[in-house]
Amino acid sequence: MPLLTDILAQGRRIEAHRPCPRVVVAADGWSAAASELASGHVTLLGLWGDTGTVHMAVIAQDTNVIAVLSLDCPQQTFPSVGALHPPAIRLERAIHSLFGLKPVGAPDMRPWLDLGFWEVQYPLGARAPAPSAQPAYDFLPVEGESLHRIPVGPVHAGIIEPGHFRFTASGETVVRLEQRLGYVHKGIESLMMGATIERAAKLAARISGDSTVAYGIAFVHAVEAALQVEVPPRARYLRALMAELERLANHFGDIGAICNDASFALMHAHCGILRELALRAAETCFGHRLMMDRVIPGGVAADLSGNGAATLQDLLKVLRQRFPRLVELYDNTASLQDRTAATGIVTAELAQQFGAPGFIGRASGRDFDARKTLAYAPYDELDFVVPVLTAGDVNARVWLRVREVEQSFALIEQLIARLPDGPIATALDGKDIGEGNCEGLGFAEGFRGDVLAAVRLDAGRVARCHLRDPSWLQWPLLEAAIEGNIVADFPLCNKSFNCSYSGHDL
Amino acid sequence: MRRTLLEGLTQRQLTEAPPAPDDAALAELAASVDRAARRRLGRSLSIRQVDAGSCNGCELEIHALNNAFYDLERFGLRFVASPRHADVLLVTGPVTKNMRQALERTYQATPDPKWVVALGDCAVDGGIFAGSYAVAGGVSAVVPVDLHIRGCPPSPNDILKGLIALLQQVGESAVTP
Repeated sequence: MPLLTDILAQGRRIEAHRPCPRVVVAADGWSAAASELASGHVTLLGLWGDTGTVHMAVIAQDTNVIAVLSLDCPQQTFPSVGALHPPAIRLERAIHSLFGLKPVGAPDMRPWLDLGFWEVQYPLGARAPAPSAQPAYDFLPVEGESLHRIPVGPVHAGIIEPGHFRFTASGETVVRLEQRLGYVHKGIESLMMGATIERAAKLAARISGDSTVAYGIAFVHAVEAALQVEVPPRARYLRALMAELERLANHFGDIGAICNDASFALMHAHCGILRELALRAAETCFGHRLMMDRVIPGGVAADLSGNGAATLQDLLKVLRQRFPRLVELYDNTASLQDRTAATGIVTAELAQQFGAPGFIGRASGRDFDARKTLAYAPYDELDFVVPVLTAGDVNARVWLRVREVEQSFALIEQLIARLPDGPIATALDGKDIGEGNCEGLGFAEGFRGDVLAAVRLDAGRVARCHLRDPSWLQWPLLEAAIEGNIVADFPLCNKSFNCSYSGHDL
Repeated sequence: MRRTLLEGLTQRQLTEAPPAPDDAALAELAASVDRAARRRLGRSLSIRQVDAGSCNGCELEIHALNNAFYDLERFGLRFVASPRHADVLLVTGPVTKNMRQALERTYQATPDPKWVVALGDCAVDGGIFAGSYAVAGGVSAVVPVDLHIRGCPPSPNDILKGLIALLQQVGESAVTP
């Protein structure tokens, strides 16, 4: 079986792609890469369509070398990756629904994201008018005695994003969960085609509102790599400050919400207070509670406000006082642990196979954090550890967040202490962005996991931009984790995952 | 847990009526929402939130209304799990074509009298997502809207201010049915 390096050596390297290589391979190279994914030597980072082309981003397990493989599809077909490597199945279904490029040999050809309501078919590809008669969606069959189905959504009972869950249960026990997503598909990638870099950055910041900073950073990493822009150190530090604040706010919200779904409202109330404190600090420091549009190509839009450093130090002081008490409360409440421990287990094998991003992977033994593994600035200069647990249950995902919160405290402290002086942005003037084609790949570790951004620029405009939310590689694991659990534990499992709908649906 | 609970009883509550202008505005809002809601409806106001295509940013700020600082329920405003229980639909996002039918059905499932609040810049006209093949437009392209609350996302305070405006509008529509 050819190794990734051999596959890459046989392809045609695209020079304008930075920082990692992009290589155009032939169909056999593409299939060989799929075999490598199946063997576990490389992990899938992304799989997306383009005009008449499919791209696959992978990372080698042993060397952490990242590469993008591309296959031209003159017949509008490509060898299915999902046939060999299940994590690719939904990504391929989306490629087919959006671009009309057909994965040959795919185990599942049902549409994905396209729920039959668009007027066009293959909106990013051939753009044919949609067929008038749409066949009903075939949910996967379930066989057995005394089974019943529970359809849930798209409109859920809480203040939650929309999606459809089809449970099949035997008594109280979930036999199968099948997700159907795409309800909040906004066609963002089509809006990005031909957009200015500035507008595309605003769109990227609104792909998943809870991760607006992470998306901003992933997008600008890709753009800055493509344009070879040097970003001032101060801007890098400010971005990281925002990213850690975003992580704190989301983790506090999640820890509280998970406990709330186990009917332990006290934790929810107290975590809600900590989350609000973090958001208020963000507004004081950067002028926006969620810090939207503060990360811009070339740097950041706003410097830390005059009282910003003091605000953050005060915030840390309060959080360090209050958070350990809540952790203790979680740890010492047996009735709560009874709900979270051994519930919704993601096995280490599945986490590894799917390259499960974020706390879902790390709670199941997958030691990957883009801040550490890819060591993008300024994290290469900062002291922190990546917590990893192995139990893979709801409890482990809570503890993982707790440990990450503690790391973020340490990171924010270092970022304030070492914040370099100097400019906060490099201007992207017309000369830099006006010349021909260039391409970039960027990553950022959001609270949920790594966001991938792939950008192709042409004459200063975005020709194609793909952003892969970590949820793409997490949602399928929820289907596996809930199997054999009781229906009443689904909200708990779901919240412990907290996958994005909007980020996934795009 | 005992210590946490006891402190909750003995310490000053977070839901502050403090000196800063923003918080003063909030305290003022608290009283007027309460009076107005009781005058118009004679009871509390039940809100059903519907995400019709939002990026989830608006949902985060709606969630914040329930935290100890804003404590929405003290105003008699509460979120309910079913449109059958709701007076108000609080709709976020540009309405995606994939959510249009679900939003229409949710609207139909809400008993009269009912009001629709469109929350966030996208909910006005699709915002930054307008013009996409997958977006139907603002909320008013699909269901009648009584009020828009702008912002990306609007802050919890902005949302509270908007709810007062809604109550005023409710009064007007009651006069001219």
